Amino acid sequence: MFEEGALLNELLIERLNYCIYVVLLLIGLHAMIAKRNLIKKLIGMSIFQTAIILFYVSVSVKEGATIPIYKAEHDPHGPHLAEEIVPEASGESESPRGPLALKPEETSQYANPLPHVLMLTAIVVGVATLGLALALCQRIYQGYGTIEEDELLAKLEIADARMTRSPLAKGRQSGKASSRALSGRKPAAKQAGGAVAKKAPAKKSSSRRRPPASKDKSASGESAKPKIPPRKRSDSSQPKKGSA
Amino acid sequence: MDDAIAWIFIFPLFGSVACALLGAWYRRLCHPLAVFSMLGATWAGVETMLQAVGSTSGEVSYLLGGWTLDLFPRGVGIEFRADLLGALIALVVLGVGLIVSLYSKIPVERETPNKESLYYSLFLLQITGLAGIALTGDAFNLYVLIEVAALTGYGLIAIGSNRAAAATFNYLILGTIGASLYLLGVGYVYIKTGTLNMVGIREMIQANALADSPAMHVAFALIGLGILIKMAFFPFHAWLPNAYCNAPSVTSCLLAPLVTKVMIYVMIRMLLTVFGVDFSFETTLWADFMPWLVVVAIVCAAVMALAQREIKRMLAYLIVAEVGYMVGGVWIYNYYGLIGSIFHIISDACMTLCLFLGAGIILHKCKTTHFDGLRGLFAKMPLTMIGFFVGGFSIIGLPPTCGFFSKWYLITGGMVAERWEYMVVLMFSTMVMVVLFFRLIERMHLAVSESGKNLGKGHGDLGLTKEQTKFDEAPLSMLLPLLLAASVVLIIGIYNQDVVDQIERFLAPFNLPKGIGH
Repeated sequence: MFEEGALLNELLIERLNYCIYVVLLLIGLHAMIAKRNLIKKLIGMSIFQTAIILFYVSVSVKEGATIPIYKAEHDPHGPHLAEEIVPEASGESESPRGPLALKPEETSQYANPLPHVLMLTAIVVGVATLGLALALCQRIYQGYGTIEEDELLAKLEIADARMTRSPLAKGRQSGKASSRALSGRKPAAKQAGGAVAKKAPAKKSSSRRRPPASKDKSASGESAKPKIPPRKRSDSSQPKKGSA
Repeated sequence: MDDAIAWIFIFPLFGSVACALLGAWYRRLCHPLAVFSMLGATWAGVETMLQAVGSTSGEVSYLLGGWTLDLFPRGVGIEFRADLLGALIALVVLGVGLIVSLYSKIPVERETPNKESLYYSLFLLQITGLAGIALTGDAFNLYVLIEVAALTGYGLIAIGSNRAAAATFNYLILGTIGASLYLLGVGYVYIKTGTLNMVGIREMIQANALADSPAMHVAFALIGLGILIKMAFFPFHAWLPNAYCNAPSVTSCLLAPLVTKVMIYVMIRMLLTVFGVDFSFETTLWADFMPWLVVVAIVCAAVMALAQREIKRMLAYLIVAEVGYMVGGVWIYNYYGLIGSIFHIISDACMTLCLFLGAGIILHKCKTTHFDGLRGLFAKMPLTMIGFFVGGFSIIGLPPTCGFFSKWYLITGGMVAERWEYMVVLMFSTMVMVVLFFRLIERMHLAVSESGKNLGKGHGDLGLTKEQTKFDEAPLSMLLPLLLAASVVLIIGIYNQDVVDQIERFLAPFNLPKGIGH
């Protein structure tokens, strides 16, 4: 019994931070893998990264230590004993502005700055990742009209099946059709490039119902291929719009 | 030139900024600027390599901010350290980048119109990140550079199409999990050792006998798992085929040869330089089960490659199988296996480059990479096909291509370490690759479609019109880089001993088992 109590004490009181970080990490991981909504996945990703930040910051916590910039006596919130410090400081190092090596017994007064610095970088990386991921979500929504993974996968499957279909299966027409589409691409592509830069919100409603096949793959001329489901093809430049 | 290492980063980094800024007004400048940056960086890479080879210790250091190395454990500030392995990998990254940048002019204009400046900006940043991974001597800095390379990689893939954006999303989620696990592992290492310098960490592990510490084992597992996810090792490979197949062709030419290979380099670096051979292979249990995972990985990836009917998708699964080779070569824990692994990183980068450049040209000229669209290509584009199949034969492992020699060392390692399962699976996957590439040759020469229908009228009749088989080569700006890559494959194959000498010099201090048993 006593042993268990000690363990509980250690987990809940001494290592509470680490327990929380593990819980957060698992919540984030679960959301990233099991949630079907892309935005929820991203929320999970943020929780995941935050958990790691908590871990690093917990590492450098020190009881009664201060920030590693001032000596304790220089702390603007502490008592000022300027007259005592000045001779001492000049005695320790020749140039008071230069780096000052701490004595071993002094180091316990300062928190370790390195993990904090590392986490500043990690936060920046996390923000960049999140921004990019949100932009991707927007592209996916514009292209497929959904951010639910199940619906998206169903649509992608149809698109992939079309894309990987044998060129023979399409019959004789396809060759002509694709070459026509390619020759007509240039002007349309320019238009598309501009259009995407400021992808008008007004376009969303139409792009929503756009058939997946018309979307993309300007890369492989296959995309330019035959016009699959002709619903919603009133707009003549449509197949290229997604290409940008 | 003492600062050659710094110049490796200065060229692509500032080139990338210049592309982003100037590109808005002078779009035509972007491509020459990218090629110029890559030329400069490659020159600096060669210079660094020569310095590393010339120095007695086999390494060159560059300390950012003028910190010193004299303290124990080694290093206070961030160190860039080019030992023979790092310099070799950096040179591979820069060389591949240079060839792809030469190749990129036409496909980039065509596939991502009006976005050239952004594209080349990302392209150069990607090279900066990958070269940085190869040269950094600091474990946290490595995390940052991995993320730099990953983020630019997501951008380069998603710039293509909406389908690519959807594939990138999965890549992003998995990539972030991988990188975050690595970061977490570095945190545990830092708690135990108090340093982030790679060599410093090993010095501390040895000095303080940390091999028994559970925290170090947790760190090892987290870092290992993170790297395995990033390198698309078999159960974690799901992001790779979709992302590489739907990416613009220049992106797949750049990422496919480099990203997975550089992550394998990171694994070798972690095992040898950071954790040390004794800890990685003797203390942990990974060396017991990893070879078996490798067996599963190679078999599954090879079978999935067989099931594909499209060149790019097939190549993507080939990459997954090749990752299995290299991981296996490391984990059989043998001197020759490790030589094979490192050599295979280099040769695989070159031959994958050949194949993807070739696939890009096929896509450019034929508008399809499906097997059924390949009839008569040898008549139409003989030079492209020669380049493509030099890469293909190297993947199979035919002499005198470099793939033969790296596979030779891998198999030797498997034999010496008595890892028969690894050897058998290498042989099996070689057979599969033979089938894959000779089936392609068959499709090009015969008039039989994938569904088994005969399209011609027998005796060399391909069922094509005369115009369709007329000599019609790819533009020179795409063809020459492909032939250059193919000749590199052959040259590395012929001069393999020189490369292996440097690898042996790098591995000499690590005391790996050369004979049977551990």
